[in-house]
Amino acid sequence: MGRLFFLLFTFLIFSLQASEIKVCKNCEISSIQQAVDLAKDGDVIRIKSGTYYENEITVIDKSLHIIGENEPVIDAQFNGNAFSIRAENFTVEGLKIINIGTSHTSDFAAILVSRSKNFEIKNNRLDNIFFGILLERSSNGKITGNEITGDARDQANSGNGIHLWNSENILVHNNSIIGVRDGIYLEFTSGSRLTQNFCKNNLRYGLHFMFSNNNDYLDNTFENNGAGVAVMYSKFIKMHRNIFRKNWGSASYGLLLKDIDDSELKNNYFHDNTIAISADNTNRILYEANEFADNGYAVRIRGACYKNVFIDNNFLHNSFDVAYTGRINENEFTGNYWSEYTGYDLDKDGIGDVPYRPVKLFSYLVNRTPEAIILLRSTFIHLMDFSEKVSPIFTPAELVDDKPQMRKIVW
Amino acid sequence: MLKILKYSFFDLTRSSWSYVYFLFYLLLGFVLLFLNNDLSNAVITLMNVIIMLVPLIGTIFGVMYYYNSREFTDLLLAQPVKRSSIFLGQYFGVALSLSLSLILGLGIPFAAYGLFKSAVIWDFSMLLVIGIFLTLIFSALAFNIAISTENKIKGFGYAILLWLFLAVIYDGLFLLSLIYFQEYPLDKFSLIASMFNPIDLSRILILLKLDISALLGYTGAVFKDFFGTSKGLIASLMVLLLWVIIPILNIARVIRKKDF
Amino acid sequence: MVNIKNLHKKFGALKVLDGLELEIENKGIIAVLGPNGSGKTTLIKSILGMVVPDKGEVLVMKENIRKGWNYRKEIDYLPQIANFPGNLRVTELISMIKDLRNKPARDKELIAFFNLEPFLNKKLNKLSGGTRQKVNLVLCFMFDSPIVILDEPTSGLDPVSLLHLRDLLQQEKEKGKTIIITSHIMSFVEEISDRILFLLEGRIYFDGTVADLKSSTGKSSFDHAIAHLISPENA
Repeated sequence: MGRLFFLLFTFLIFSLQASEIKVCKNCEISSIQQAVDLAKDGDVIRIKSGTYYENEITVIDKSLHIIGENEPVIDAQFNGNAFSIRAENFTVEGLKIINIGTSHTSDFAAILVSRSKNFEIKNNRLDNIFFGILLERSSNGKITGNEITGDARDQANSGNGIHLWNSENILVHNNSIIGVRDGIYLEFTSGSRLTQNFCKNNLRYGLHFMFSNNNDYLDNTFENNGAGVAVMYSKFIKMHRNIFRKNWGSASYGLLLKDIDDSELKNNYFHDNTIAISADNTNRILYEANEFADNGYAVRIRGACYKNVFIDNNFLHNSFDVAYTGRINENEFTGNYWSEYTGYDLDKDGIGDVPYRPVKLFSYLVNRTPEAIILLRSTFIHLMDFSEKVSPIFTPAELVDDKPQMRKIVW
Repeated sequence: MLKILKYSFFDLTRSSWSYVYFLFYLLLGFVLLFLNNDLSNAVITLMNVIIMLVPLIGTIFGVMYYYNSREFTDLLLAQPVKRSSIFLGQYFGVALSLSLSLILGLGIPFAAYGLFKSAVIWDFSMLLVIGIFLTLIFSALAFNIAISTENKIKGFGYAILLWLFLAVIYDGLFLLSLIYFQEYPLDKFSLIASMFNPIDLSRILILLKLDISALLGYTGAVFKDFFGTSKGLIASLMVLLLWVIIPILNIARVIRKKDF
Repeated sequence: MVNIKNLHKKFGALKVLDGLELEIENKGIIAVLGPNGSGKTTLIKSILGMVVPDKGEVLVMKENIRKGWNYRKEIDYLPQIANFPGNLRVTELISMIKDLRNKPARDKELIAFFNLEPFLNKKLNKLSGGTRQKVNLVLCFMFDSPIVILDEPTSGLDPVSLLHLRDLLQQEKEKGKTIIITSHIMSFVEEISDRILFLLEGRIYFDGTVADLKSSTGKSSFDHAIAHLISPENA
């Protein structure tokens, strides 16, 4: 009896315990799909190094841990997705996936995840891809430490690095995404955190939000993308400690805000962008403790922006600090540091005694006659701006920072 | 010519004006750096100073030196020396001593501040190169004015007018014409119009360093090509060089026919 | 030495030289006289190449001066106004001119001659007019060129220096130089000149010795003879 019980017990243990399946060129199992088909819930599929010419590796309703050893290469040979997964509790780790073909009808991805939960995609390298990691209707996932590179040439024939559609509670952390259309794209996605990612040389946006509320993106770096970040039609977005650099070009922004409400920007760095922030129809946004340095325009505010607050920011050597087209609508500037401020502080409280007017007449002229930009910093323009400052006629008289700081703010 | 240059230069290095000019820059450099504590701010202020003051000082100094050395010139004219050597020697003497005041006056405080370890050194060297160009150009223009105007007061008047025109009025007219013709494509026009004013040209060279981000915001293809590539830098420097060469050649041409 | 053919020069509407012809072959002191505005200085400056004539040619040592500037090595010139770069010291000015001409010079001798030693280290703008004129004379005579042109050499000189100058001119003349001189001091001119050129309305109105002048005008005094030349009925 005891013996029988023992046998039964060991059998149970054995069957419950995850087994490990090895895949390599000379192994018994030499294809990943084959391994997936053989595997049971909870199994580990360990892929040894080598190149696997496979596509549409499909995982359905199996909790697998697909782990690459020494970066095995999965070459999809421009044919469909590499992985297509619909499951819970799975992991994809340490793979190098290459050659995902473009298509006008389907969004082929290196890793397509749909209707999944509790997963982790980490430390993969995706090269020469159409879409990188594409999530649909999924939740509670982690996408970390992946390196994604494409060579997107035009927007119509390129996809996004990490694309989240209709998903929630996703953590996107420490990924590097270079040379695709949008580095990270969120649509109808909420409750997600994007942290410490690096998006560079992407054709359109480093990070792109559409209709995605209640998300945070923190500590990311966006460099030399068509535009750094575009946040559109979304609410309750927290944007903290990101770096927006060198987003240059005629339609280029560090951060484009369009139809955004109730969000906050804190401690971000905007350096060397053609336009650091372009805001269009944004309400109740708090801009606090950001640094704007050496940008063409630090903040360009277009129509219908209500109740935005700019407080404790550093505006350093931008060609234009603030440019307005339209009315100022209860927007408030207070306690910022403006490197161009020339007032004095007689009572030595660190606050300039003369209010600062960040909008220059010249920015209006450039808006009407763009070629006039060539006269930037000319003496005549200085004289003109000066007389406008003394008695404002064209620029909104009420747009002032009444507490301009005398020294650069250190947070 | 080198002998005349040498003597003009030594003559000027003893003139208190050279020291005033030198001390002015020295003071400006130290004040900018040690009161401001911000290199970028200092470079921007310096740019405004260089664009306004260097042409003004170059013009006034040039005219003044020419008139003051009239008798000396007469003395030289009777010597076995080529005419053009006398005037070009004097011109380069003035331009050289002014440039030296500028370089030393600004260079010393910036060096003392530890500029050479900073990334601003390129902006700063650009400013100095432009300052030297403007000195060469405006002292040459001043010599042109002085040579063709016997009356000192008139000569000074024309010189100041020239400076005022190029430093301020030109840009005003430029802006007006841009606004007036804004329906037309203006990027070529505005680039060409800038070439005809050495101050604008110098300003653009500095913009290429300081405000490239703003310049790239403009959509016109001509601008993009000009500012986005090294074309803008090379073209501007070339035209500045022409601005030096043409007035100098004109000095040589005018004095060949002139009576003393 | 100096040949001038049909020299014309206008300053604006003002005709200063009007077909002037002149030949100077002989050594000695030639005084160029004439009322104000008669073209004396313009003539001198034409020879020096400082004024560019409208028409006609100037030959110095048989060389047309339009072709170059090297002929000025043969000429010493004393300008009318002795105004030098004020920042230079006297020695510096002298060594500079020596440097420019690159020729042996007898500056020491002349400095001693005019008693200029105490002023050598003074700046030129600190000197009195007379001292400056002495410096001017030193600069002019130190090179021993065959042709010497002096524009108002007497101006600002005290009587003693004037005597010195006269002695100097005699010495130079004896060396066989051609000396062309303009001056307003008639006694000085009368005393030293071998030949008088009288300019009127841009031409040479009289050319001859002092004796010729006196006899042709029938005046016994040199001053009166000159005055006679200028007087309106004569002109």
